[in-house]
Amino acid sequence: MIQFLKHREAALGVIIAAMVAAIGAYAPAFVSLDNIIRVLNDTSILAMLALAQMMVILTRGIDLSTASTLALAGMISASLAQNHPELPVIAYIGLAIVTGIVLGFINGSLISFLGIPPIVVTLGTLAVYRGMIVVYGGGNQVNASEMGDVFQSFPKLSVFGLSTLFWIMVVVALGVWLFLSMTRTGRGLYAVGGNPVAARYCGIDLPRQQLLVYTISGAISGLCGYLWVSRYGVAYSEIASGFELTVIAACVIGGVSIAGGVGSVAGTLLGALFLGVIVNALPVMQITPFWQMAISGAVILAAVVVNARAEKRGVKLILPEARRAAGAAK
Amino acid sequence: MTLSSTSPSPQGGGPVLSLDHICKSFPGVRALNDVSFTLNAGEVTALIGENGAGKSTIVKILTGIYVPDSGEIQVGNSPCSFSSPRDSWAAGIAAIHQETVMFDELSVAENIFMGHMPVSASGLVDWLQMRRRAAELLKRIDADFDPDAKLKQLSVAQKHMVEITRALSHEASVIIMDEPTAALSRNEIDDLFRIIAQLKAEGRAVVFISHKFDEIFRVADAFVCLRDGERVGSGKIASVTEAKLVSLMVGRPIDQVFPKRDIAIGSTVLKVDGLSNATEFADISFELHRGEILGFYGLVGAGRSEAMQCLFGMTPALKGTISLNGKPLSISSPGDAIAAGISYVPEDRQEQGAVLPLGIRENITLASIASHVKNLFVSKSSELQDVRKLGKRLDVRAANWEQQLGELSGGNQQKVVIAKWLAAKPKVIILDEPTKGIDVGSKAAVHDFIGELAEEGLAVILVSSELPEIMGLADRVVVMQEGRIADIFTRGAWSAEEIVATATGAQKVA
Amino acid sequence: MNVPVRQAIADAAPRKMSDWLLRWETILVGLLIVVIAGNTAISPYFLDIYNLSDATYNFSEKAIVALAMALLIITREIDLSVAAVIALASLATGLAAESGAPLIVLLVVGPAVGIVCGAFNGFLVTGIGLPSIVVTIGTMSLYRGLAQVVLGDQVIKQYPKDYTAIGQSYLINWPPLPYSFVIFLVLAVVFAVVLHKTAFGRKLYAIGNNPVAAKFSGIPVERIRFLLFVLTGLLAGLAATLLTARIGSTRPNIALGWELEIITMVILGGVSIAGGSGTIPGVVLAVFILGLITFGLSLINVPGIVISVILGCLLIVSIAGPILVRRLLRGR
Repeated sequence: MIQFLKHREAALGVIIAAMVAAIGAYAPAFVSLDNIIRVLNDTSILAMLALAQMMVILTRGIDLSTASTLALAGMISASLAQNHPELPVIAYIGLAIVTGIVLGFINGSLISFLGIPPIVVTLGTLAVYRGMIVVYGGGNQVNASEMGDVFQSFPKLSVFGLSTLFWIMVVVALGVWLFLSMTRTGRGLYAVGGNPVAARYCGIDLPRQQLLVYTISGAISGLCGYLWVSRYGVAYSEIASGFELTVIAACVIGGVSIAGGVGSVAGTLLGALFLGVIVNALPVMQITPFWQMAISGAVILAAVVVNARAEKRGVKLILPEARRAAGAAK
Repeated sequence: MTLSSTSPSPQGGGPVLSLDHICKSFPGVRALNDVSFTLNAGEVTALIGENGAGKSTIVKILTGIYVPDSGEIQVGNSPCSFSSPRDSWAAGIAAIHQETVMFDELSVAENIFMGHMPVSASGLVDWLQMRRRAAELLKRIDADFDPDAKLKQLSVAQKHMVEITRALSHEASVIIMDEPTAALSRNEIDDLFRIIAQLKAEGRAVVFISHKFDEIFRVADAFVCLRDGERVGSGKIASVTEAKLVSLMVGRPIDQVFPKRDIAIGSTVLKVDGLSNATEFADISFELHRGEILGFYGLVGAGRSEAMQCLFGMTPALKGTISLNGKPLSISSPGDAIAAGISYVPEDRQEQGAVLPLGIRENITLASIASHVKNLFVSKSSELQDVRKLGKRLDVRAANWEQQLGELSGGNQQKVVIAKWLAAKPKVIILDEPTKGIDVGSKAAVHDFIGELAEEGLAVILVSSELPEIMGLADRVVVMQEGRIADIFTRGAWSAEEIVATATGAQKVA
Repeated sequence: MNVPVRQAIADAAPRKMSDWLLRWETILVGLLIVVIAGNTAISPYFLDIYNLSDATYNFSEKAIVALAMALLIITREIDLSVAAVIALASLATGLAAESGAPLIVLLVVGPAVGIVCGAFNGFLVTGIGLPSIVVTIGTMSLYRGLAQVVLGDQVIKQYPKDYTAIGQSYLINWPPLPYSFVIFLVLAVVFAVVLHKTAFGRKLYAIGNNPVAAKFSGIPVERIRFLLFVLTGLLAGLAATLLTARIGSTRPNIALGWELEIITMVILGGVSIAGGSGTIPGVVLAVFILGLITFGLSLINVPGIVISVILGCLLIVSIAGPILVRRLLRGR
């Protein structure tokens, strides 16, 4: 009945809660309202990117270019703010999203029309999009002082005690959930990833789906580009470098199967939150931030091992006693 | 005017769908040549023919996967062309495929409605309506499972029912069933036939594809027989006999198809005792002799291939012993089995047997490559010697030995795969459905060749679901049912009815 | 004319000029000539033997890893952790140098760490059966993360002279050939022979084209894949030894992003990401093309990140081009 509370998500939620409680016992400041809000704000961009990546992975693809798209869209948006600080914030956000859409559409076209493997295409555009920042901006960076207040203040506005950044993430998550669970196309993504041949028999068109998901992934990455730059107050060629791997890690931890067809909004959000809690807990635990990367690597491995065990397809049940035993276990 | 060979049926309704002079070719193969027939409302038409006769091409054309090269499809009385599965549904055609091709991770309701989910006015999927309609449809065929269950939780038979429900959900006027009974038990088959009767009563046209004649005679009203991509016969089922259908299918009387060679059976080569694994098969014990062809018969999913693959070292055994020429063997990988002299020609040629993108030479020497290594390097001339010899012996037809295996016809691919296993110089050769999906000519060659192998003193295990093939070639038949050996029959002391009854787990014929 | 009597089947198809011309390696040779001509036209400094020799520094270490990566990709696997392995191996070399270990230890410790890292990757992929792309994304974080934990924001610089000499002097003085380039050339020949002439190489292609059929043919698919992960780790470790000697320092961000450059070399070299096809000569040509483009552009002071735009475009165009050409030919 309740689709969004399956076992894996529940288990991950419990683990996160236990982790937060343990950290809180050690350092009560961590579970203060302020800090929890900070963790949520900090995790919002990762969560949105992970949702976009999840949709791509559902179709058996991968988008390695998200962080580069984010950086380029952020740069272009920041330049606009630098040159026209008088524009309304929607113009900056809009430009970032449009940039993301164009970049995502390029990925999607190469993948769907030419049939080039997604990993090859996005590996190439990963380098190209990031390099374009230098080509476009001449290697200059846009600093906080040059962006103007409108550009920078919007994500930090507080609504019901939480930042607009967080609320944007909530809207994106709801949108993705609505799309994946309540539209034919969204359900089709699961079908294409789960069984491409059967999906074809059902009249679902893989190239169209691919074009769509890579474009959506670009759009969300573009939006995050604006959010990232305005939040951290600087745009240059190296922002979010390597972040695509953190994004994929969040998906894997959240139970998205790299083989396609399996993944949920709730799981992915929890996967992002898991990483967010770890990153924010390290300083509280007085562990150097240098541990962060090693820990997330270990967590990714642990998550894939656990997922693989959960996914492992059993051998056939032919013997009557084996079928009975399996029936009883159910 | 529609060219029809079946006269309008008095009990059925009018023609629902007709194929007119359909032709379809693939590179190197003419899959369908000028095929025409008509389906009538309220009638079950059996589409029969051997593997590779063109049945699945017809299914794919009717479901919009393939577009015919020429010819016309008429639905009602208007010509249609299907360029995608959607077009085909829109015309009221739905198919239930040979293998359940669906979505394990999604719910039953979604599987039923994938591609045409009900949407509300807002454009969003109407889950409530979808569940309700799924439940209604399931109830119509007396399926008692939850539309919210994930498909992977269901049994094979239940998945089949989901597929049937899926066809019903289209309100299709034509329902194609491609070997729907292959994986079903007797009771489940009875359920299926009850559903088919109901579909007939509702005035739908059903295309029933099966290899089992008892089913065809039980359920069909009319038949269309294909051979080598051409329609070789059609008419009312009541007007033909089984023997007549068989001869239509194979193009010659049955007793000439499998000439049994007279071979002296020698000493025991392979002895398998109590071979078991956890869930797939148990207590598999048999002896195999020099020059003997031992048939393994059973329903699809009876555990035959699983037992053979374990014997070959693909999967670990839980218990049991294997000995070859009196010496106990410890086999933990296919490499061990090959080294010991056991070859296994797998059932799924495309997936398990052939490496399609590689050349014929590389395929033939794949399992025996070590024997061609001279001073660290593979000697091409040594390979070619073997390849020429085996290629000639198996009558492989190709342009040259470097040609990609994928460019050959199915029959020639199978010959190459068998050649690969002979190149490994086995003492025991296991052939798992060696004639599945190959053309009649190649099939006869393979049959002939199996006899030849036995004559040369090899011990042969022939796993087959085609009873005539087994009865024609084997000296003894091991019948498996639900993972166990149900009985072993000896040539001369068997009847087809007895073997089938044993395989299906029915009461033994007295 | 159709002859009813069957003719003997030829050993091989008659060789056609068009087949040869359409081979990927031929296209790469053409591309390489264009690059060399272009570089010569752009800069008078290009065709200088010492400049060319120095140019090999910027690709030899990556190219060594690319050889093993090619074999891995041919068998349908991938290793994204190679650059992180280089970081960890460089760190181990640095720690050994700090503790005053002799030269031989400094040379061996990197490859040894590489073997351990590769074996861990291989175990997770073949032992537990996890997809290599996810596993190596994980170990990529893990290995570089461990290097970061140990190093923090420190730099190791105390390398003995006899060690750094390996990275900074020539193995042969005329023609001037650096150690790393010679090692790459020797390994390339060995890899080419193994892949194209031995039974082992044949098995790799069989695995890449159809792992199931390969397993049914008695090929120990998982064991071979495990070996290839270990080999990739070993060569990444070797690359770390050479790189560390050349730059004489170890930082946590050493070789950052190299995995993508290495994979680009392999794919541009004609190795299909789907497995089963590709040649070592192709990879070697791609290494030279990429290396010389980078060198040529840096001669005219194009910034590194712009070079990466050009290389990224080259990767996509080189894959998309043949697909488009084939489509146009078929569409005619």
